[in-house]
Amino acid sequence: METFIQTFITGILTGGLYALIGIGLNMVFGVMRVVNFAHGALVMVGMYLTWLAFSFLGIDPFVSLFITLPVMFVFGIVLQRVFIAPLLKAPEFNQILLTEGLGIILVNVALLLFSGNYQLVNPSGPLYDDVLRLGGVVLDYKRLVAFFIALILTGALFWFLSRTDIGKSMRATAQDREAARLMGINVRRVSELAMGIGVAMAGAAGTLLTPIYQRVEPFIGAPFTLRAFVVIVLGGLGSITGATVGGILLGLVEAFAGAYNPTFLGGAGAAPIYGFLIFLAVLLFKPSGLFGGSRL
Amino acid sequence: MAYMEFGPAARARRRRGYVLSAIIVFALAVLPIVLVEVQGRRANSTLALLISMITAAGLGTAWNILGGYAGQLSLGHVAFYGLGAYASGLLIEKLGVTSWLGLLVGPLIGGLVALGIGWITFRLRGPYFTLSTIAIAEIIFLLSKTLEPITGGSSGLSWDLNQSRFWPRDPQWLFGPTPGRVPYYWIALAITVIAVIISWKIAHNKLGFYLRAIREDQDTAATIGINNTRMKLTALVISAMLVALIGAFRANFEGAIAPDTVLVRSKSLEIVLFAIIGGMGTVWGPVIGGVLLTLVGEALRGIGEANQLVYGVLLVLVIFFLPGGLLGGAKTLLARLTTRRANQTNQPAALREA
Repeated sequence: METFIQTFITGILTGGLYALIGIGLNMVFGVMRVVNFAHGALVMVGMYLTWLAFSFLGIDPFVSLFITLPVMFVFGIVLQRVFIAPLLKAPEFNQILLTEGLGIILVNVALLLFSGNYQLVNPSGPLYDDVLRLGGVVLDYKRLVAFFIALILTGALFWFLSRTDIGKSMRATAQDREAARLMGINVRRVSELAMGIGVAMAGAAGTLLTPIYQRVEPFIGAPFTLRAFVVIVLGGLGSITGATVGGILLGLVEAFAGAYNPTFLGGAGAAPIYGFLIFLAVLLFKPSGLFGGSRL
Repeated sequence: MAYMEFGPAARARRRRGYVLSAIIVFALAVLPIVLVEVQGRRANSTLALLISMITAAGLGTAWNILGGYAGQLSLGHVAFYGLGAYASGLLIEKLGVTSWLGLLVGPLIGGLVALGIGWITFRLRGPYFTLSTIAIAEIIFLLSKTLEPITGGSSGLSWDLNQSRFWPRDPQWLFGPTPGRVPYYWIALAITVIAVIISWKIAHNKLGFYLRAIREDQDTAATIGINNTRMKLTALVISAMLVALIGAFRANFEGAIAPDTVLVRSKSLEIVLFAIIGGMGTVWGPVIGGVLLTLVGEALRGIGEANQLVYGVLLVLVIFFLPGGLLGGAKTLLARLTTRRANQTNQPAALREA
């Protein structure tokens, strides 16, 4: 029973981070209909920024969010201006290949700059060393903090999209790009903003993951591209609430598969397979997502 | 031109094409004998490179049937490559049967799995299809890594190369004492020639027209009575079987398989790049792309870990500046030159050959 509760809570905590990654991808897809295959690589960039801030400036990994968010936001806008915007009208085929190519470039630039070795991020202090004991259940404080920061970011984004004028114009653009343009919304600006926020969310997720992983390497982001897609397909493309639920669902599925998958089926190492199988099943039987509906 | 043209001039041109192709294949088949004569023992490393170039051309050609003709972007083709390699490797390592059987069983398994995958994924379009291919490749990768009793886990399987020899012994009267890669070379060449012939046949056949119609617009294709799912499935199965065949061959040639060599994600991308850089949707583009990119890769081996950077940069550059690949670019250039020349004569435009 204790294993069960432990697994359940771990799943939810990881799921919060998956949700954040999925939401970033969702922003970009919702507003521009561009599927960003470089998303996982952007998570990796966020992790490297955190490592740089930690090991050269001595900044606490969680505090480095104040660096990651703005830097990645600007990076997103640059990517948008230079690469994505010129291909917005190109066939989807080319857009996918372009973002895939950008992902490869990011990973290999990291490889060139920092080598393929693990770079350690091992801060000490009560936040990082201590655990919370509730009966037989043991929880890392850092996981809890990462989860709550992810929740705050998600909530802030939700508020931004539903309450502010710019947020509303983003949702309008997501619903109908042409109509939004006719209503006087600067669609180009909105797209840049969406990419900026999407990339910043990926970077923030990277920052929050760093103290949990405690290490960074160039290929660490690769699994997150696919995970992000699983999240948004589960939750329905374009929906923030959907992505949050989808992220937590995926976190739970992976946690339980990791804890309970029998050895003859590959054990814990094969746990991600369950997420992918659910992904395929959802695509097959309910392509609009489990909670499909509104976009953004 | 990718479609069939008629009339005496076209027929003559086609006949010239057949003769030229036959001459090239013959020259390629004789090449290793010359190499062994000239280079002696050193010929083996040259042959290894040539085999890589030939299989790359085959892989690009196979991917192109689905990706180029039908416009379905698979980023998970390594799954079929790996399935072929594992099927054939398991046959040798566990059962010790002849390598030829692997070349048969590998594609069969690849084709069967492709049928299943197609059934699931071809209801989906665009990014969903692409994502499913990645997900399935990832599932197979993880299975190969974790089902240790069967697959040997992360370290994979290996066997004595003598077990996976297509010839009992190299014909000594032909190559002297060099322990040879020549038979492997011939098999690789045969496989790639078969792939190119199939690709050419499809391009000039009804199936090719259907696939291109689907690529241009799935809804319109359906409206004019094309069974989209069936056609896409056909393209996928052919493509998968060819890739699995090459994977099976590669396993025999290397004498070892492991998840990180035959199922690694970057291999999928490499296959796509062969086709895209050469020229998607054409018969010869993927061949040219495969050969050139393998040479580039060989030249870049010295750079070390980050050699994939070049692939990424090439991909972005091609998407931006040369969407038709090298072949497309060359055609545009040629067309521009000939138009200029044609404009100088006073022939009416309608009489000019397209």
